[in-house]
Amino acid sequence: MTQHASPQLLRRYADSDPTLAADMVWALEVHLESCANCRARLATEASAVAPLVDEIWASIVPDTTPAAVHRTRRLAVWATPAMVPWLAMTALITLIALVADRLVAPPYPSLALLLAPIAPVAGVAAAWARGLDPAHELVAATPRAGLYLVLRRTLAVLVVVIPLMAVATWTSPLRWLLPCLAFTVATLALGGFVGVSRAAVGLVTGWAALVMGPSLVSQRLPSVLEPAALGAWVAVLVAGAVVVRLRATVYTRLAT
Amino acid sequence: MPRVVSAAEIAPTTYPFEIHARGLKVRAGRRMAVDGVDLSLTTGVHGLLGPNGAGKTTLIRALATVLRPAGGELDLLGGASQRDVRRRLGYLPQDFGFYRRFTVREFVEYMAWLKEMPKADIPGAVQRAIDRVDLTDRADARLKTLSGGMVRRAGIAQAIVNDPAILLLDEPTAGLDPAQRMHFRGLLRDMTDICVVVSTHLVEDVAAACTDVVLLNEGRVVFQGATEALAAAGTETDPGDSPIERGYSALLAKGAAR
Repeated sequence: MTQHASPQLLRRYADSDPTLAADMVWALEVHLESCANCRARLATEASAVAPLVDEIWASIVPDTTPAAVHRTRRLAVWATPAMVPWLAMTALITLIALVADRLVAPPYPSLALLLAPIAPVAGVAAAWARGLDPAHELVAATPRAGLYLVLRRTLAVLVVVIPLMAVATWTSPLRWLLPCLAFTVATLALGGFVGVSRAAVGLVTGWAALVMGPSLVSQRLPSVLEPAALGAWVAVLVAGAVVVRLRATVYTRLAT
Repeated sequence: MPRVVSAAEIAPTTYPFEIHARGLKVRAGRRMAVDGVDLSLTTGVHGLLGPNGAGKTTLIRALATVLRPAGGELDLLGGASQRDVRRRLGYLPQDFGFYRRFTVREFVEYMAWLKEMPKADIPGAVQRAIDRVDLTDRADARLKTLSGGMVRRAGIAQAIVNDPAILLLDEPTAGLDPAQRMHFRGLLRDMTDICVVVSTHLVEDVAAACTDVVLLNEGRVVFQGATEALAAAGTETDPGDSPIERGYSALLAKGAAR
């Protein structure tokens, strides 16, 4: 009958203890060759090398869990990186308007309020314009391209712009929220005919020349931003929405 | 990890041609850049050859469904709806733009999302596409750090990520060095079971990788046939350094004389 190796002896052998006598090592190795039981115990006693073995195993076992979806891509589902500089520009202009409003006397019309309607236009243009979005042609050929994607990006613009404007104008949203939405929809509606970036340039220029300029010269808030004009803004909003819906297929093609 | 093949993928096709155009007219700006093209293309690698301004890019854009045809008929995948066609389409535009801050993996993942791939399939499909174009070691590098050839390979990866039935590549070898072009041709030769249209103005690309050639000039098809037939069309007196180049210039000259 053979005597099995003791746990202490196995541990000293596994950790290659230098004080272990050579004859003991020989005897143990001869025994291990014939005893599967002791070989199995040897594996459990190898405390010094165990972490190393685990580490090697961990590095060679294939990682079957898919890589986590990156933050950048998750955000890109809502707003493309091409829109970021335009949104930053909008925020900067809003900030300048805010500072300007603090510096000038109250009878002067609020610059932030005058800018509110055209604030989202630049972001919307960057959302679906060939010249502003480098990946536009790639995106336009995908099944997800279309009104749904455009509206998704527009929503992202509004989520940024509306809180900014709420802080900058610091007045009842009745005055500026509807004009802001009406301009957003009008950009998309006109964009279906002449391209979103051209529509944006046209609307901003038109607003600056016909409303902002005269208002700054006469030092009075334009009548279109008085609560009495709400009905007209609702009409623009509805008409724009109808045009966008009817011409939804233009957003599945390359923008002009 | 083997990929699960769905029933839809091995279902027999019910149409003879992946791309079937009759009298196709497409406008580029005010000009009619594609003017009455009849084209029937099935599986294989088709080279779309022609001089600059022949209407190659406009034709490819129309096939990619991003330009509305001004006239004629275009049936893709047997007249499937635009959305269904786009799910099974891979498209690499000529100067394709991208978001420079994206990594290769983020870029291909984003395109897979835009192509409405099932969420669970995206990570695996993205990895396969990146492996196929040999960008595995740069998968997590930002696009702005890559060389022109690598960016183009990333573009090919996004085109093949959804295992397309129609793959449209517009000047894919422009800006590639000879070794990269050879690798790209190898990639093309593997794609025997789908309909690939490669537009190029480099005759040697066609000779090396394409099964047949469509020669386009001034918006019209002047020749369609096997690569050998293109070579046979030329004579020793035509300008060119190889039989295919001589065939190319002979056919263009004949088209111009008509």
